[in-house]
Amino acid sequence: MLSAEEKKAAAEIAELLQSLGLEGKRHIELEDVELTVKEIILDPSVLSSAALRGMMPPKRKAAAPPTAKPATLLEAPFTPFVQEYPGKIREVTLGATKSQGGSRGKPITIGGATTPAFYLFEQTPPNPPVISVDVFDMKVTLPKAIRTHVEDVWEDTAAWAKRAVDKWGAKVLTLHLLSTDPLIKDTSPAEAAKTIENVLQAVDVPLIIGGCGDPKKDAAVFKKIAEVAEGERVLLSSVTLDMDEAGVLEDVTKAAAKHGHLVLAFTSLDLNLAKELNRKICDYLPEDDILMDLTTAALGYGLEYSFTIHERARMAALMGDTELQHPVLSGTTNAWAAREAWLKLGPEWEPRSLRGPIWETVTALNLLLAGVDLFMMMHPDAIKTMQKVVQQLMNKGGAKPEKIANWVNAKI
Amino acid sequence: MTERQVKSITQLSPIDVYMLLPRTNCKECGEANCMAFAAKLVNREVALEECPPLLKKEHEESYKKLQEILAPVIKEITVGTGENAVKIGGKLVMQRHEFTYHNPAPIALDVTDEMPLHAKSDEKDAVIDRVKKVENFLYNYIGRDLKLDMVALRSTSNDPVKFKSTVTEVTKATKLPLILCTFDPNVMEAGLIAASGRKPLIYAATKDNWKEMADLALMYECPLAVFAPNDLSLLRSLSKTLIEYGVEDLVLDPGTLPDEGISDTINNFTMVRRNACKGGDRLLGFPIIGTPITAWFGEGDSKEMLAWKEAYLASMLMSRYADILIMHSLDGWVQLPTVIWRFNIYTDPRKPVSVEAQLYEFGKPDEMSPIFLTTNYALTYFTVESDLKSFGGNYYLIVVDSEGISVEAAVAGRYLTAETIAEAVKSSGVAEKVKHKSLILPGMAARLSGETEEELKNVGLPDWRVIVGPRDSSGIAKLLKEKWPPKED
Repeated sequence: MLSAEEKKAAAEIAELLQSLGLEGKRHIELEDVELTVKEIILDPSVLSSAALRGMMPPKRKAAAPPTAKPATLLEAPFTPFVQEYPGKIREVTLGATKSQGGSRGKPITIGGATTPAFYLFEQTPPNPPVISVDVFDMKVTLPKAIRTHVEDVWEDTAAWAKRAVDKWGAKVLTLHLLSTDPLIKDTSPAEAAKTIENVLQAVDVPLIIGGCGDPKKDAAVFKKIAEVAEGERVLLSSVTLDMDEAGVLEDVTKAAAKHGHLVLAFTSLDLNLAKELNRKICDYLPEDDILMDLTTAALGYGLEYSFTIHERARMAALMGDTELQHPVLSGTTNAWAAREAWLKLGPEWEPRSLRGPIWETVTALNLLLAGVDLFMMMHPDAIKTMQKVVQQLMNKGGAKPEKIANWVNAKI
Repeated sequence: MTERQVKSITQLSPIDVYMLLPRTNCKECGEANCMAFAAKLVNREVALEECPPLLKKEHEESYKKLQEILAPVIKEITVGTGENAVKIGGKLVMQRHEFTYHNPAPIALDVTDEMPLHAKSDEKDAVIDRVKKVENFLYNYIGRDLKLDMVALRSTSNDPVKFKSTVTEVTKATKLPLILCTFDPNVMEAGLIAASGRKPLIYAATKDNWKEMADLALMYECPLAVFAPNDLSLLRSLSKTLIEYGVEDLVLDPGTLPDEGISDTINNFTMVRRNACKGGDRLLGFPIIGTPITAWFGEGDSKEMLAWKEAYLASMLMSRYADILIMHSLDGWVQLPTVIWRFNIYTDPRKPVSVEAQLYEFGKPDEMSPIFLTTNYALTYFTVESDLKSFGGNYYLIVVDSEGISVEAAVAGRYLTAETIAEAVKSSGVAEKVKHKSLILPGMAARLSGETEEELKNVGLPDWRVIVGPRDSSGIAKLLKEKWPPKED
């Protein structure tokens, strides 16, 4: 309840406002006025404007801002904060043309970054990241969303490879020699080499050769392929610390050096191990012939670990850590290991024909922003999106702000 | 005074903080001494206000200084009120590995004042239906509920009466925090009146309407978004002007420009955040709002294609510093990657990738309960754990040390072998707890099954049989139905 004194004060203020001719005015501003009453009741008859009446219920600031308000826009031009980086990512070329000792039509150069990924305000990357398409040397278990695109060719590796190049625009192919696994078909190194020769005949893009994961078997297969693909600058995927433990790392890297190939150094989410492996490989192979795979976990299945280790690796490399200045590769097809990419989850999460490929796309794009240079991918829609977005990201200045200037009142 | 020389969070040491604390070692905060409290403050595990002596008059100056040096480089701003309020921004660092990101970016879905309130047969989008869909969105991911957060009301009619009425209906229908979107101050005021007491985010002040929008923000005490598409000098100028005008809570929108504008968008977001975090630019030290919804204004694409673009833009913007998003598509396949990626990047990067390798029990397993096996990669374990819990039975789960990698990768990389499996079964002691002799291996390790039976013999477990389980633990229920209890040979 208001005291008689307060009621009197309120009435006086109302009277004051009226006598000042403020009735009907939209804004009332009190500057440098100190009010000591507990509550002010303004007679509604004084405040007759529609806007003010509408404002009665909400809270309002009692006091005006202390300083003079600007009447026009204050200029504060923007200058980007840029940085000098002592380090640089090495440039690496996959594939070799006839004159270079191979038979590839278009070799691909990746790496060379001098800033974090897509900091075009500092420097446009010298080479765009590239997408390699996965091909297997045998029929494999694949989610339906992918299977429908390849099941008519999955028992003919060369035909599968051709489709990836002709139909999906693959600039690089990864041939996964899954059948060489001793626990699957145990295909011999000679047979595996034959498969690679067929693919080299069928397409003219650079190749990545994927092993089965058994260190000794991979070493034997890689050595044979290094020989038959002499001079082609294929990427052997991958060499590991397990190979070192099994005593075959030296053999493989020497074979790569002798026949003019590259190796992919694979480690599992650990930069110290990545550095250790790179050091060991450098004993036999030039630094410029090494790529790193720091492990790609699927979205929802540890992608954040991959994202962060790639950001850390890239920053360390740019700040001068020479052992991490190799271009990086992501096995992005791993995205399909996430159940959300393929599992039936109920009608509200359908269709899986979109949910699967968006899973691979989102996994890829986030790693693109973390600095990955080369992607192994599988679904045609994910590949197409990546190709498009990479091209868009490489070109700044294309924004058309007028297109979105009125988005708040545009209809969808 | 637009730059500040404050140590970044990664440079701040507990000593810097300790020197400003009362140093009484009174233990009122629950810590052993002031130094321990200082260490926790630096790690953001406690609040300054948990130190009662600091709040006394004589420490007023130190308290203020501590507030200053501990203040996040990106201001934390609250939208909404009470228990339904969301906090946005509050980031301490630019890159995730520097320190945990705070305040997962809320996702707002749009409705307009020209949509019908409820869908008639031939219409799809309706205000209340969409609001309910936002509220009911739910995905259970490794035991956590992932949800959508806010409603963004857009005035496509530009009619204050219509907008007011839609806002009124929405406030009746939901307690979710709101964003009011219109560039017309009269329309905005009508909306603010209807959203009285809800503290919505005002979207947005532009170069043309900033003064009126600033007045509204002050009058209704609401945070204010600043829209300067692809013009960072304008964004910065607006920020400076509005701060001088007295508006303290700003949210910055450098514009989300899809397609040919994606490079500029990513660069703008990055430059804004970098100037704030590395350049000490206070005018840009506010949360950034991303609007993947603008993907819908592209031309000539199918609905599916537009939703597809919106989905990947949302994830990219979250990785590149968006603190809040406005989206349109409510399709599960669009929102699922978005909410999962958000959950993921807001986790503590120092959190270990692995769980302890040991025998885990679910329910009350007895001598006939099935024994599963998996690797100690955290995500693998949590996935299996959440499935086993949801099936609600009694199980043993042996977790093998695979150096923290998933089953498929561990088999390929020889971290999970017949030998390591047999060793883990033996040392778990589970054989003494059961009467049966069956081990269920993950489907991803199917090829190890023969060898594993051999190795089990070698560790003193003869006659043990391996059952190959599903490739994904969601298939466990089906497997048990078909194959459990095991038939004797």
